[in-house]
Amino acid sequence: MSAPHVSSTVAVRPRSAILSGLALVWEKLSHEPVGLIGFVFLGLLILVAALAPAIAPFDPAAQNLQAAFLPPSWAHLAGTDEFGRDILSRLIYGARITISTILSVTLIVGPIGLIIGVVSGFVGGRTDAILMRFTDIVLSFPSLILALAFAAALGAGLGTAIVAISLTSWPAIARLARAEALIVRNTDYVAAARLYGASPLRLLFLYIAPMCIPSVVVRLTLNMAGIILTAASLGFLGLGAQPPAPEWGAMISSGRKFMLDHWWVAVMPGIAILLTSLAFNLVGDTLRDLLDPRHARA
Amino acid sequence: MIPTPPMIDVQELSVSFGNGASARQVVKNVSFSVAKGETLGIVGESGCGKSTVLRSLAGLDRHWNGRINLAGTDVDKVRTRDQMLLTQMVFQDPYGSLHPRHRISRVLTEPIRAMGLGKGWDKVDAALQQVGLPVSFADRFPHQLSGGQRQRVAIARALMLQPQIILLDEPTSALDVSVQAEVLNLLADLKDERQLTYVLVSHDLGVIAHMCDRVLVMKGGVFVDALSREDLYEGRTHNDYSRMLFEASAL
Repeated sequence: MSAPHVSSTVAVRPRSAILSGLALVWEKLSHEPVGLIGFVFLGLLILVAALAPAIAPFDPAAQNLQAAFLPPSWAHLAGTDEFGRDILSRLIYGARITISTILSVTLIVGPIGLIIGVVSGFVGGRTDAILMRFTDIVLSFPSLILALAFAAALGAGLGTAIVAISLTSWPAIARLARAEALIVRNTDYVAAARLYGASPLRLLFLYIAPMCIPSVVVRLTLNMAGIILTAASLGFLGLGAQPPAPEWGAMISSGRKFMLDHWWVAVMPGIAILLTSLAFNLVGDTLRDLLDPRHARA
Repeated sequence: MIPTPPMIDVQELSVSFGNGASARQVVKNVSFSVAKGETLGIVGESGCGKSTVLRSLAGLDRHWNGRINLAGTDVDKVRTRDQMLLTQMVFQDPYGSLHPRHRISRVLTEPIRAMGLGKGWDKVDAALQQVGLPVSFADRFPHQLSGGQRQRVAIARALMLQPQIILLDEPTSALDVSVQAEVLNLLADLKDERQLTYVLVSHDLGVIAHMCDRVLVMKGGVFVDALSREDLYEGRTHNDYSRMLFEASAL
């Protein structure tokens, strides 16, 4: 083993690690057809959201009162609403709102929940007690009610909805991460790391957090379905995205008034919400099978 | 016997867990010393406190009272960097002592990185070879190795910082008998090569007899007997409990 050989393997190591990891995930995923459907659906949804201007057949905000309440047809695949706007185009643009809401909430909630949970479980003692009582307090807030309070204080809007949902959904993640950290901190490999002088920060981020991340990712993915529903509920109540933004929940809310005569106005966004939250649930379940050995299938 | 000061000198070590009325003294005023290059065995049944003594020596348990002197310096409950460099430990369960998401190369370089001694990639190959593992194992994860191979990795990791004292907590009890012998021979070879001092805790008298220069028999938190290598071979004991222990294992 000459020195140059060693350094060349070192240079290649990180990339091959990622590639072999991805190959492993793909191999496992091919055994999960239902989960694969979820992944494909979400991939398409993200693609649609990203390419919305190119895909959408009409301007989502363009009104044409002569074309109001047209039933689904080849010209308007999902019909038109009370202002003659093409519902399919609105759904396509609405995917952007849904995806960005989910991403924002997840990006806020994931790190906060993980850090609070891991620190709480690892440090223990008084820190743990204080952090967990605080978590319990937040856990007791119903997210819709809190969102109502926020909307009243800050004005209704998508940003308010994101803040409100984030504030109420991190405690579950923190609890989960703490439970994992409590197990991991007593393992022999952490004891060994203490013996060779690993600092608390090193233990926390390189030893304990990586063990908590899989279950947190699974939980976050399963939460996404809930986030879609909460965001839609807020939109329905008029506290989320404001008109004319094509938010799916708000679309159901406005379509509700015409539901008996023009069913498609409310049903089309309903189907979009149903399919998307279902896809997130499938993906979450599959991720759990893939990442969490305790839920491994035979 | 050996004129140099002992590598490990423990005076009146006692360890208790819990406070007040619920306090339980697990180790009661034990004293012993180990010379440089010697292997001391501690035997006893489960719960007698032998692992606790070892964890106190390692610095993992901080509930102890008394005096622990390693390589001529008294150590405190919280170790300094230099004191950490003196001792490393090999754990009982090879399945639990390696981080499941670290590759073997990472497992072996972590001690060097944690100590701030550089990246350590260049030391991985030599470390694997010295415990008889192929260099190609560096890219594997622990779950891709057998129990014996993992224990070899754990031994290699313990040696990364070139400690003078290795604490062995039942290093072979989770392994097959054939693999046990391999690991014990490896430990014996490494000891001769590097002038290591071992403290070996086990309840397996066969392992103890194979490895140790001196054996302390522990019961209920105190040492009830001390046996030399000759005593072990001739089956001499000085105490009813240790006689019972030896007769039960019937070598």
